Amino acid sequence: MTKQHANWSPYDNNGGTCVAIAGADYCVIAADTRMSTGYNILTRDYSKICKLADKCLMASSGFQADVRALQKQLSARHLIYQHQHNKQMSCPAMAQLLSNTLYYKRFFPYYAFNVLGGLDTEGKGCVYTYDAVGSYERVGYSAQGSGATLITPFLDNQLKSPSPLLLPAKDAVTPLTEDEAVDLVKVVFASATERDIYTVSSCVYRVL
Amino acid sequence: MNMVDSAQPFKTLLGPESDSQRTQYPYVTGTSVVGVKYKDGILMASDMGASYGSTLRYKSVERMKPIGKHSLLGASGEISDFQEILHYLDELILYDNMWDDGNSLGPKEVHSYLTRVMYNRRNKFNPFWNSLVLGGVKNGQKYLGTVSMIGVHFEDSHVATGFGNHLARPILREEWNENMSYEDGVKLLEKCMRVLLYRDRSAVNKIQIAKITEEGVTISRPYALKTFWEFNAFKNPTVGAEGSW
Repeated sequence: MTKQHANWSPYDNNGGTCVAIAGADYCVIAADTRMSTGYNILTRDYSKICKLADKCLMASSGFQADVRALQKQLSARHLIYQHQHNKQMSCPAMAQLLSNTLYYKRFFPYYAFNVLGGLDTEGKGCVYTYDAVGSYERVGYSAQGSGATLITPFLDNQLKSPSPLLLPAKDAVTPLTEDEAVDLVKVVFASATERDIYTVSSCVYRVL
Repeated sequence: MNMVDSAQPFKTLLGPESDSQRTQYPYVTGTSVVGVKYKDGILMASDMGASYGSTLRYKSVERMKPIGKHSLLGASGEISDFQEILHYLDELILYDNMWDDGNSLGPKEVHSYLTRVMYNRRNKFNPFWNSLVLGGVKNGQKYLGTVSMIGVHFEDSHVATGFGNHLARPILREEWNENMSYEDGVKLLEKCMRVLLYRDRSAVNKIQIAKITEEGVTISRPYALKTFWEFNAFKNPTVGAEGSW
Protein backbone atom coordinates (compact mmCIF):
# COMPACT_ATOMS: atom_id res chain seq x y z
CA MET A 1 0.00 0.00 0.00
CA THR A 2 1.31 3.44 -0.84
CA LYS A 3 2.39 5.79 1.89
CA GLN A 4 -0.57 7.64 3.35
CA HIS A 5 -0.44 11.39 3.34
CA ALA A 6 -1.68 13.44 6.25
CA ASN A 7 -5.08 15.01 5.68
CA TRP A 8 -4.49 17.66 8.27
CA SER A 9 -1.89 20.36 8.44
CA PRO A 10 0.01 21.13 11.62
CA TYR A 11 0.01 24.78 10.58
CA ASP A 12 -2.66 27.39 10.14
CA ASN A 13 -2.39 31.09 9.42
CA ASN A 14 -4.26 33.13 11.97
CA GLY A 15 -3.45 36.35 10.17
CA GLY A 16 -2.81 39.79 11.53
CA THR A 17 -0.19 42.48 11.14
CA CYS A 18 2.54 43.80 13.41
CA VAL A 19 4.52 47.03 13.15
CA ALA A 20 7.42 48.48 15.10
CA ILE A 21 9.09 51.87 14.75
CA ALA A 22 12.28 52.98 16.47
CA GLY A 23 12.98 56.59 17.38
CA ALA A 24 15.89 58.38 19.02
CA ASP A 25 14.74 57.60 22.55
CA TYR A 26 11.50 55.65 22.12
CA CYS A 27 10.07 52.62 20.36
CA VAL A 28 6.49 52.03 19.24
CA ILE A 29 5.20 48.49 18.78
CA ALA A 30 1.71 47.85 17.46
CA ALA A 31 -0.35 44.87 16.36
CA ASP A 32 -3.94 44.48 15.26
CA THR A 33 -6.40 42.46 17.33
CA ARG A 34 -8.07 40.11 14.87
CA MET A 35 -7.49 36.37 14.92
CA SER A 36 -8.83 34.53 11.89
CA THR A 37 -8.74 31.17 10.18
CA GLY A 38 -9.48 30.89 6.49
CA TYR A 39 -12.37 33.26 5.84
CA ASN A 40 -13.66 33.15 9.42
CA ILE A 41 -12.95 35.40 12.36
CA LEU A 42 -12.17 33.52 15.55
CA THR A 43 -11.98 36.48 17.85
CA ARG A 44 -11.86 40.26 17.55
CA ASP A 45 -10.07 41.00 20.73
CA TYR A 46 -6.71 39.30 20.89
CA SER A 47 -3.29 40.78 21.59
CA LYS A 48 -0.28 39.67 19.60
CA ILE A 49 2.13 41.68 21.70
CA CYS A 50 4.12 40.13 24.51
CA LYS A 51 6.33 41.89 27.01
CA LEU A 52 9.48 39.82 27.22
CA ALA A 53 11.60 42.14 29.36
CA ASP A 54 11.46 45.60 30.86
CA LYS A 55 12.78 47.23 27.71
CA CYS A 56 11.80 44.64 25.18
CA LEU A 57 8.48 43.79 23.53
CA MET A 58 7.69 41.27 20.85
CA ALA A 59 4.83 41.30 18.37
CA SER A 60 4.22 38.21 16.24
CA SER A 61 1.73 37.22 13.61
CA GLY A 62 1.28 33.87 11.90
CA PHE A 63 0.19 30.61 13.51
CA GLN A 64 -1.11 31.54 16.94
CA ALA A 65 -0.31 28.29 18.75
CA ASP A 66 3.35 28.57 17.66
CA VAL A 67 3.40 32.27 18.55
CA ARG A 68 2.14 31.55 22.05
CA ALA A 69 4.58 28.68 22.51
CA LEU A 70 7.44 30.93 21.35
CA GLN A 71 6.41 33.75 23.70
CA LYS A 72 6.19 31.28 26.61
CA GLN A 73 9.63 29.87 25.76
CA LEU A 74 11.26 33.31 25.67
CA SER A 75 9.52 34.52 28.85
CA ALA A 76 10.69 31.40 30.65
CA ARG A 77 14.26 31.84 29.42
CA HIS A 78 14.15 35.47 30.53
CA LEU A 79 13.07 34.43 34.00
CA ILE A 80 16.02 32.04 34.23
CA TYR A 81 18.35 34.81 32.99
CA GLN A 82 17.07 37.10 35.71
CA HIS A 83 17.68 34.44 38.35
CA GLN A 84 21.20 33.79 37.07
CA HIS A 85 22.35 37.35 36.30
CA ASN A 86 20.22 39.43 38.66
CA LYS A 87 19.25 41.81 35.89
CA GLN A 88 16.87 42.22 32.97
CA MET A 89 17.87 41.04 29.52
CA SER A 90 18.76 43.84 27.13
CA CYS A 91 16.89 44.11 23.86
CA PRO A 92 19.89 43.10 21.71
CA ALA A 93 20.43 40.05 23.92
CA MET A 94 16.78 39.05 23.59
CA ALA A 95 17.07 39.57 19.85
CA GLN A 96 19.85 36.99 19.63
CA LEU A 97 17.93 34.59 21.88
CA LEU A 98 14.87 34.82 19.66
CA SER A 99 16.94 34.11 16.58
CA ASN A 100 18.54 31.07 18.18
CA THR A 101 15.17 29.79 19.45
CA LEU A 102 13.69 30.04 15.98
CA TYR A 103 16.62 28.31 14.30
CA TYR A 104 16.48 25.52 16.86
CA LYS A 105 13.26 24.45 15.12
CA ARG A 106 14.70 24.94 11.65
CA PHE A 107 13.27 21.63 10.44
CA PHE A 108 9.79 22.04 11.92
CA PRO A 109 9.61 25.82 12.19
CA TYR A 110 7.62 28.07 14.42
CA TYR A 111 5.26 29.65 11.90
CA ALA A 112 5.69 33.04 13.50
CA PHE A 113 6.64 36.33 11.88
CA ASN A 114 8.16 38.51 14.53
CA VAL A 115 9.20 42.03 15.22
CA LEU A 116 11.09 42.77 18.38
CA GLY A 117 11.09 46.33 19.66
CA GLY A 118 12.60 48.11 22.60
CA LEU A 119 15.37 50.28 23.89
CA ASP A 120 18.97 49.21 23.54
CA THR A 121 21.62 49.51 26.25
CA GLU A 122 22.12 53.20 25.40
CA GLY A 123 18.43 54.01 25.59
CA LYS A 124 18.00 54.40 21.85
CA GLY A 125 15.05 52.81 20.11
CA CYS A 126 15.76 49.52 18.37
CA VAL A 127 13.69 47.27 16.16
CA TYR A 128 14.67 43.80 15.04
CA THR A 129 12.81 41.99 12.30
CA TYR A 130 12.75 38.21 11.74
CA ASP A 131 11.71 35.53 9.36
CA ALA A 132 10.22 32.21 10.51
CA VAL A 133 13.55 30.45 10.94
CA GLY A 134 15.51 33.09 12.78
CA SER A 135 17.32 35.21 10.27
CA TYR A 136 17.25 38.73 11.73
CA GLU A 137 18.45 42.26 11.28
CA ARG A 138 18.38 45.43 13.28
CA VAL A 139 16.37 48.07 11.43
CA GLY A 140 14.75 51.42 12.09
CA TYR A 141 11.22 50.15 11.48
CA SER A 142 9.49 47.01 10.30
CA ALA A 143 6.14 45.47 9.50
CA GLN A 144 5.35 41.74 9.52
CA GLY A 145 2.28 39.68 8.79
CA SER A 146 -0.54 39.79 6.29
CA GLY A 147 -0.57 43.59 5.94
CA ALA A 148 3.20 44.00 5.82
CA THR A 149 3.36 44.44 2.04
CA LEU A 150 0.83 47.23 2.28
CA ILE A 151 2.47 48.98 5.22
CA THR A 152 6.20 48.81 4.51
CA PRO A 153 6.24 51.01 1.38
CA PHE A 154 4.17 53.59 3.23
CA LEU A 155 6.60 53.62 6.14
CA ASP A 156 9.53 53.86 3.70
CA ASN A 157 7.97 57.04 2.40
CA GLN A 158 6.68 58.64 5.59
CA LEU A 159 9.27 57.93 8.22
CA LYS A 160 12.00 59.92 6.57
CA SER A 161 14.57 57.47 7.93
CA PRO A 162 18.02 57.54 6.35
CA SER A 163 18.40 54.98 3.59
CA PRO A 164 20.00 51.70 4.62
CA LEU A 165 22.06 51.87 1.43
CA LEU A 166 24.01 54.97 2.43
CA LEU A 167 27.70 54.80 3.10
CA PRO A 168 28.90 55.55 5.76
CA ALA A 169 25.94 53.78 7.42
CA LYS A 170 23.62 56.20 9.14
CA ASP A 171 21.61 55.33 12.22
CA ALA A 172 18.33 53.83 11.06
CA VAL A 173 16.05 55.42 13.64
CA THR A 174 13.40 57.83 12.51
CA PRO A 175 13.76 61.54 13.23
CA LEU A 176 10.02 61.77 14.01
CA THR A 177 8.81 62.52 17.53
CA GLU A 178 7.04 59.91 19.62
CA ASP A 179 3.61 61.45 19.08
CA GLU A 180 4.14 61.66 15.35
CA ALA A 181 5.21 58.03 15.25
CA VAL A 182 2.14 56.91 17.23
CA ASP A 183 -0.14 58.86 14.90
CA LEU A 184 1.58 57.30 11.94
CA VAL A 185 1.02 53.83 13.39
CA LYS A 186 -2.70 54.48 13.81
CA VAL A 187 -2.93 55.76 10.24
CA VAL A 188 -0.98 52.80 8.94
CA PHE A 189 -3.39 50.29 10.50
CA ALA A 190 -6.40 52.17 9.22
CA SER A 191 -4.98 51.98 5.71
CA ALA A 192 -3.98 48.33 5.89
CA THR A 193 -7.49 47.46 7.08
CA GLU A 194 -8.96 48.97 3.90
CA ARG A 195 -7.31 46.36 1.75
CA ASP A 196 -6.25 43.41 3.89
CA ILE A 197 -9.05 41.14 5.08
CA TYR A 198 -6.95 39.72 7.88
CA THR A 199 -6.19 43.08 9.44
CA VAL A 200 -8.60 45.17 11.41
CA SER A 201 -8.12 48.77 12.41
CA SER A 202 -8.49 48.11 16.10
CA CYS A 203 -4.95 47.76 17.28
CA VAL A 204 -2.99 47.65 20.48
CA TYR A 205 0.15 49.65 20.70
CA ARG A 206 2.81 50.06 23.33
CA VAL A 207 5.48 52.67 23.62
CA LEU A 208 8.73 52.27 25.43
CA MET B 1 3.66 -9.85 -5.16
CA ASN B 2 5.46 -6.98 -6.80
CA MET B 3 3.16 -4.45 -5.09
CA VAL B 4 4.03 -5.84 -1.67
CA ASP B 5 7.77 -5.67 -2.40
CA SER B 6 7.62 -2.04 -3.46
CA ALA B 7 5.69 -1.16 -0.30
CA GLN B 8 8.31 -2.69 2.00
CA PRO B 9 10.99 0.04 1.66
CA PHE B 10 8.51 2.68 2.85
CA LYS B 11 7.56 0.71 5.95
CA THR B 12 11.14 -0.12 6.91
CA LEU B 13 12.31 3.47 6.43
CA LEU B 14 9.77 4.58 9.01
CA GLY B 15 10.84 1.94 11.47
CA PRO B 16 8.65 -0.37 13.55
CA GLU B 17 6.11 2.33 14.43
CA SER B 18 4.78 3.35 11.05
CA ASP B 19 2.07 5.88 10.33
CA SER B 20 -0.66 3.39 11.18
CA GLN B 21 -0.22 4.43 14.83
CA ARG B 22 -1.00 8.09 14.17
CA THR B 23 -4.39 9.69 13.99
CA GLN B 24 -5.23 10.24 10.34
CA TYR B 25 -9.01 10.53 10.36
CA PRO B 26 -11.65 10.88 13.03
CA TYR B 27 -14.19 8.04 13.19
CA VAL B 28 -16.90 8.76 15.78
CA THR B 29 -17.45 12.49 15.93
CA GLY B 30 -19.55 14.98 17.84
CA THR B 31 -20.71 18.21 16.27
CA SER B 32 -20.82 21.80 17.56
CA VAL B 33 -20.50 23.06 21.11
CA VAL B 34 -21.58 26.64 21.86
CA GLY B 35 -20.61 28.59 24.98
CA VAL B 36 -21.46 32.07 26.28
CA LYS B 37 -20.64 34.17 29.32
CA TYR B 38 -23.66 35.52 31.14
CA LYS B 39 -24.34 37.50 34.31
CA ASP B 40 -23.65 34.76 36.84
CA GLY B 41 -21.19 32.60 34.92
CA ILE B 42 -21.01 30.47 31.81
CA LEU B 43 -23.67 28.68 29.77
CA MET B 44 -22.73 25.94 27.35
CA ALA B 45 -24.86 23.88 24.99
CA SER B 46 -24.30 20.81 22.88
CA ASP B 47 -26.36 18.04 21.41
CA MET B 48 -26.00 14.42 22.40
CA GLY B 49 -25.16 12.98 19.02
CA ALA B 50 -22.06 11.14 17.84
CA SER B 51 -21.83 10.31 14.15
CA TYR B 52 -19.94 7.51 12.47
CA GLY B 53 -19.27 9.20 9.16
CA SER B 54 -22.68 10.03 7.78
CA THR B 55 -24.58 7.71 10.16
CA LEU B 56 -26.03 9.30 13.29
CA ARG B 57 -24.82 6.34 15.31
CA TYR B 58 -25.06 7.33 18.97
CA LYS B 59 -27.70 9.63 20.38
CA SER B 60 -26.98 9.76 24.08
CA VAL B 61 -23.41 10.93 24.27
CA GLU B 62 -22.66 13.54 26.92
CA ARG B 63 -20.21 15.86 25.23
CA MET B 64 -19.92 18.21 28.20
CA LYS B 65 -18.35 17.15 31.46
CA PRO B 66 -17.54 18.97 34.70
CA ILE B 67 -13.85 19.24 35.54
CA GLY B 68 -12.92 19.73 39.18
CA LYS B 69 -14.99 22.24 41.11
CA HIS B 70 -14.79 25.21 38.80
CA SER B 71 -14.82 24.15 35.17
CA LEU B 72 -16.81 22.53 32.42
CA LEU B 73 -15.34 20.99 29.29
CA GLY B 74 -17.29 20.59 26.06
CA ALA B 75 -15.83 18.81 23.07
CA SER B 76 -16.56 18.24 19.44
CA GLY B 77 -14.67 15.90 17.15
CA GLU B 78 -13.43 12.40 17.85
CA ILE B 79 -15.23 11.03 20.92
CA SER B 80 -12.54 8.51 21.85
CA ASP B 81 -9.97 11.33 21.97
CA PHE B 82 -12.36 13.30 24.20
CA GLN B 83 -12.55 10.32 26.55
CA GLU B 84 -8.77 10.12 26.62
CA ILE B 85 -8.55 13.84 27.47
CA LEU B 86 -11.07 13.31 30.31
CA HIS B 87 -8.80 10.54 31.58
CA TYR B 88 -5.81 12.93 31.61
CA LEU B 89 -7.90 15.57 33.35
CA ASP B 90 -9.05 13.06 35.97
CA GLU B 91 -5.42 12.49 36.81
CA LEU B 92 -4.72 16.23 36.86
CA ILE B 93 -7.60 16.91 39.24
CA LEU B 94 -6.64 13.94 41.39
CA TYR B 95 -3.13 15.25 41.93
CA ASP B 96 -4.54 18.70 42.57
CA ASN B 97 -6.83 17.30 45.28
CA MET B 98 -4.05 15.24 46.79
CA TRP B 99 -2.09 18.39 47.63
CA ASP B 100 -4.95 19.03 50.03
CA ASP B 101 -3.89 22.65 50.38
CA GLY B 102 -7.19 24.40 49.99
CA ASN B 103 -6.27 25.44 46.48
CA SER B 104 -7.97 24.09 43.40
CA LEU B 105 -7.34 24.36 39.68
CA GLY B 106 -9.46 27.07 38.08
CA PRO B 107 -10.70 27.22 34.47
CA LYS B 108 -7.71 29.30 33.35
CA GLU B 109 -5.31 26.66 34.59
CA VAL B 110 -7.27 23.79 33.06
CA HIS B 111 -7.44 25.68 29.76
CA SER B 112 -3.70 26.24 29.83
CA TYR B 113 -3.12 22.54 30.53
CA LEU B 114 -5.38 21.50 27.68
CA THR B 115 -3.65 23.94 25.32
CA ARG B 116 -0.26 22.40 26.15
CA VAL B 117 -1.60 18.86 25.71
CA MET B 118 -3.17 19.62 22.33
CA TYR B 119 -0.10 21.52 21.09
CA ASN B 120 2.25 18.76 22.15
CA ARG B 121 0.24 16.09 20.38
CA ARG B 122 0.22 18.27 17.25
CA ASN B 123 4.01 18.57 17.51
CA LYS B 124 4.25 14.77 17.48
CA PHE B 125 1.97 14.63 14.43
CA ASN B 126 -0.60 12.64 16.40
CA PRO B 127 -3.29 15.14 17.36
CA PHE B 128 -6.32 14.71 19.55
CA TRP B 129 -8.95 15.28 16.91
CA ASN B 130 -11.07 17.64 19.01
CA SER B 131 -12.14 21.22 19.36
CA LEU B 132 -12.54 21.93 23.06
CA VAL B 133 -14.55 24.57 24.90
CA LEU B 134 -13.54 25.21 28.47
CA GLY B 135 -15.67 27.41 30.70
CA GLY B 136 -15.75 28.14 34.39
CA VAL B 137 -16.02 30.57 37.28
CA LYS B 138 -13.56 30.95 40.10
CA ASN B 139 -13.52 33.67 42.73
CA GLY B 140 -16.09 35.60 40.77
CA GLN B 141 -13.99 35.59 37.62
CA LYS B 142 -15.76 34.14 34.59
CA TYR B 143 -13.62 32.39 32.00
CA LEU B 144 -14.50 30.95 28.61
CA GLY B 145 -11.84 29.62 26.29
CA THR B 146 -11.35 27.24 23.41
CA VAL B 147 -8.56 25.02 22.04
CA SER B 148 -8.41 23.49 18.59
CA MET B 149 -6.77 20.24 17.52
CA ILE B 150 -3.60 22.03 16.41
CA GLY B 151 -3.30 24.08 19.57
CA VAL B 152 -4.85 27.38 18.48
CA HIS B 153 -6.45 28.80 21.60
CA PHE B 154 -8.08 31.97 22.82
CA GLU B 155 -10.68 33.19 25.23
CA ASP B 156 -13.69 35.29 24.41
CA SER B 157 -17.18 36.14 25.64
CA HIS B 158 -18.73 33.58 23.33
CA VAL B 159 -17.15 30.64 21.54
CA ALA B 160 -18.26 27.78 19.36
CA THR B 161 -16.74 24.79 17.59
CA GLY B 162 -17.22 23.44 14.10
CA PHE B 163 -20.44 24.52 12.43
CA GLY B 164 -21.21 26.62 15.47
CA ASN B 165 -18.54 29.06 14.28
CA HIS B 166 -20.40 29.61 11.05
CA LEU B 167 -24.00 29.51 12.26
CA ALA B 168 -24.05 30.36 15.96
CA ARG B 169 -21.37 33.02 16.39
CA PRO B 170 -22.95 35.54 14.01
CA ILE B 171 -26.16 35.27 16.05
CA LEU B 172 -24.16 35.69 19.26
CA ARG B 173 -22.29 38.71 17.88
CA GLU B 174 -25.61 40.37 17.22
CA GLU B 175 -27.59 39.40 20.31
CA TRP B 176 -25.18 38.65 23.14
CA ASN B 177 -24.62 41.13 25.91
CA GLU B 178 -22.66 41.08 29.13
CA ASN B 179 -25.53 41.11 31.57
CA MET B 180 -27.81 38.46 30.21
CA SER B 181 -29.89 36.65 32.75
CA TYR B 182 -29.97 32.87 32.89
CA GLU B 183 -33.30 32.75 31.02
CA ASP B 184 -32.03 35.09 28.29
CA GLY B 185 -28.86 33.06 27.94
CA VAL B 186 -30.75 29.80 27.60
CA LYS B 187 -33.10 31.33 25.03
CA LEU B 188 -30.13 32.60 23.03
CA LEU B 189 -28.36 29.26 23.14
CA GLU B 190 -31.54 27.45 22.14
CA LYS B 191 -31.84 29.79 19.19
CA CYS B 192 -28.29 28.88 18.13
CA MET B 193 -28.89 25.15 18.64
CA ARG B 194 -32.11 25.35 16.62
CA VAL B 195 -30.30 26.91 13.65
CA LEU B 196 -27.67 24.21 13.93
CA LEU B 197 -30.38 21.57 14.03
CA TYR B 198 -31.94 22.92 10.84
CA ARG B 199 -28.71 23.31 8.95
CA ASP B 200 -26.04 20.91 10.33
CA ARG B 201 -26.55 17.39 9.04
CA SER B 202 -24.75 15.84 12.00
CA ALA B 203 -26.97 17.52 14.59
CA VAL B 204 -29.58 15.56 16.55
CA ASN B 205 -32.59 16.96 18.36
CA LYS B 206 -31.52 16.07 21.88
CA ILE B 207 -29.63 18.81 23.63
CA GLN B 208 -28.22 19.62 26.99
CA ILE B 209 -27.49 23.02 28.43
CA ALA B 210 -24.87 23.33 31.13
CA LYS B 211 -24.47 26.13 33.61
CA ILE B 212 -21.42 27.01 35.68
CA THR B 213 -21.58 29.59 38.40
CA GLU B 214 -19.58 30.22 41.55
CA GLU B 215 -21.78 27.60 43.22
CA GLY B 216 -20.83 24.84 40.80
CA VAL B 217 -21.73 22.98 37.65
CA THR B 218 -25.19 21.78 36.59
CA ILE B 219 -25.87 19.97 33.36
CA SER B 220 -29.51 19.88 32.38
CA ARG B 221 -31.43 16.75 31.53
CA PRO B 222 -31.54 16.09 27.78
CA TYR B 223 -34.47 17.66 25.97
CA ALA B 224 -35.64 18.33 22.44
CA LEU B 225 -36.06 21.69 20.76
CA LYS B 226 -39.33 22.73 19.19
CA THR B 227 -38.90 22.96 15.46
CA PHE B 228 -40.96 24.61 12.77
CA TRP B 229 -40.78 23.32 9.24
CA GLU B 230 -43.48 25.44 7.63
CA PHE B 231 -41.32 28.44 6.79
CA ASN B 232 -41.89 29.58 3.23
CA ALA B 233 -38.18 29.53 2.66
CA PHE B 234 -38.15 25.84 3.56
CA LYS B 235 -41.14 25.03 1.38
CA ASN B 236 -39.88 26.83 -1.70
CA PRO B 237 -36.14 26.94 -1.18
CA THR B 238 -35.24 27.98 -4.72
CA VAL B 239 -37.72 30.81 -5.10
CA GLY B 240 -35.78 33.81 -6.27
CA ALA B 241 -32.75 31.79 -7.33
CA GLU B 242 -33.75 28.94 -9.55
CA GLY B 243 -30.81 26.78 -10.47
CA SER B 244 -29.14 23.47 -9.92
CA TRP B 245 -28.35 24.25 -6.33
